Amino acid sequence: MLMLLNLLEITKLSQNELPLPYHTKLDSLSSRPRWRARDDNQASTMRIMVAIKRVVDYAVKIRVKPDKTGVETNNVKMSMNPFCEIALEEALRIKESGLASEVVAVSMGPSQCVDTLRTGLAMGADRGIHVEATSVLYSLTVAKILKSLVEVEKPGLLFLGKQAIDDDCNQTGQMVAGLLSWPQATFASKVVLDKEKQVATVDREVDGGLETLSLDLPAVITTDLRLNQPRYATLPNIMKAKSKVIKKYTPQELNVDIKSDLEVIQVTEPPKRKAGVIVSSVDELIDKLKNEAHVI
Amino acid sequence: ASTLVLGEHENGLIKGQSVSAVDAAKCLSEDNPVSMLLAGSGPSLKEAAQHAASCHPSISQVLVADSDKFSYPIAEPWAKLVHMVQQRDGYSHIISASGSFGKNILPRAAALLDVSPITDVIEISGSSQFVRPIYAGNALCTVRYTGANPCMLTIRSTSFPVPPSSAASQSNEAPITQVDLSTLDEDSIGKSRYVKHTSQDAERPDLGSARIVVTGGRGLKSAENFRMIEKLAEKLGAAVGATRAAVDAGFVPNDLQVGQTGKIVAPELYIAFGVSGAIQHLAGMRDSKVIVAVNKDADAPIFQVADYGLVGDLFEVIPELLEKIPEKK
Repeated sequence: MLMLLNLLEITKLSQNELPLPYHTKLDSLSSRPRWRARDDNQASTMRIMVAIKRVVDYAVKIRVKPDKTGVETNNVKMSMNPFCEIALEEALRIKESGLASEVVAVSMGPSQCVDTLRTGLAMGADRGIHVEATSVLYSLTVAKILKSLVEVEKPGLLFLGKQAIDDDCNQTGQMVAGLLSWPQATFASKVVLDKEKQVATVDREVDGGLETLSLDLPAVITTDLRLNQPRYATLPNIMKAKSKVIKKYTPQELNVDIKSDLEVIQVTEPPKRKAGVIVSSVDELIDKLKNEAHVI
Repeated sequence: ASTLVLGEHENGLIKGQSVSAVDAAKCLSEDNPVSMLLAGSGPSLKEAAQHAASCHPSISQVLVADSDKFSYPIAEPWAKLVHMVQQRDGYSHIISASGSFGKNILPRAAALLDVSPITDVIEISGSSQFVRPIYAGNALCTVRYTGANPCMLTIRSTSFPVPPSSAASQSNEAPITQVDLSTLDEDSIGKSRYVKHTSQDAERPDLGSARIVVTGGRGLKSAENFRMIEKLAEKLGAAVGATRAAVDAGFVPNDLQVGQTGKIVAPELYIAFGVSGAIQHLAGMRDSKVIVAVNKDADAPIFQVADYGLVGDLFEVIPELLEKIPEKK
């Protein structure tokens, strides 16, 4: 639930700006089994969609607004959510290994999300889709928008970060998977695609270890920290990204109502811990823990 | 009001964090019958149902879905199950603990029910107002749920500790009812299959529920040195934690990571060695009752949250602690 007040910025999926005949051809090839090992010499036609979100940069120390309406985002450095970078990186690696033909990045929120999309295009995404919305987008709305875009784009895989580092909700991937009736693998730390069987085998980071699932495609995968190390965009790729297409939609055009069943009452600072003491020796520490704090 | 709690079980026992979810349900309203929903198959499910019936006095009913579809906690059938039970019984609230089990399943079920779930609730004020951390716990957001039933929450179990006395209560034996699965919608079930589970270390106490946690950071320098942390944890009967830096450096497996994206812990005693105190790490342990930090850098941010700080070389401090700390009883 994104409590992301203010200018909000969710980013996710992608869309097609190819010349129409090619587009039509792709769609006809990708009807039900979305991609099929056609001929070993031919690249797969699978498309991958990646949702990317614009958030306050990881390294910024956030400030709660004095009027308690939210967190200050004006004049604060904004970046792509780190988990979304990992999601995009994984999609790019799959494409580079010849198992997908196209990576489409999608972002939702205010006009500045285009900057985030450009970053994604500079990393290597082929196209961008920006769903422009100035109001707060909660996970349920984001999931519905993603579902609509999936219906247009027909990707074989939808990647999302497992959570955004602003609202820490950890919901959208699960929700869009539910809406699509697609299988899901959340918190992925390893993804292996079997092109023949159209199956993704995913290691998931769960409490107390790793769980391995095997999913029929199409599927939703949300990425955990250790899946990969995202690349940096190189200067030539940044230049190239400027000419890549970003298609705009409004939620209305995708037949999604922005309504909300949540209301943010206030945003406050967490209670401060009271100042502690510096002890001078191990003996003093053990004494305090035993006789003052009574914890050992 | 009436609440459905999604129960997680293992080896025939309800997990402590699911019992905490029952405790959270009590905070929603005075008059709030709580049903616990269990799914699985075979004898361990039966044992878990017995345990559920008496594990918390607030549980008024145990619902059991027994099918091979639920042999593993896969999100697709579980979400359909929650959807079906909600359609039948019309709960006002559905709660799970916000571990990897609940976070995987509950949002998917919420989407099927067309409601917005609320993640990681740490405080409940009445039936529709909740507090949850955002920005790695650097801000707290109070939200009100204004939508239709059910209101769906995952709760942070460390914020709803269950007193041992109520957990042990035998006086209340809730009835156990089998869920009729004949109308379960099978669409999307079977598209994902469980392959295996690799667990790292079953010997030590669970990080999420241990009374004491000993954590090592980048300052440990190597996997070999990290064994000192493990030795100390053993002596204290503690769980072992690590920072993201220590995990990324390969000192320990990743399920030991404490922080915004790892485990959230709130033990009685948290001891951090060679941990600088990045905000993402603090997010995972700031609610610990007593925090001890040992770091040779007196300016490390970890000291700002520590109740007891010791500026010193951990390679001297840990051996001294090993020698001087009393054996656990």
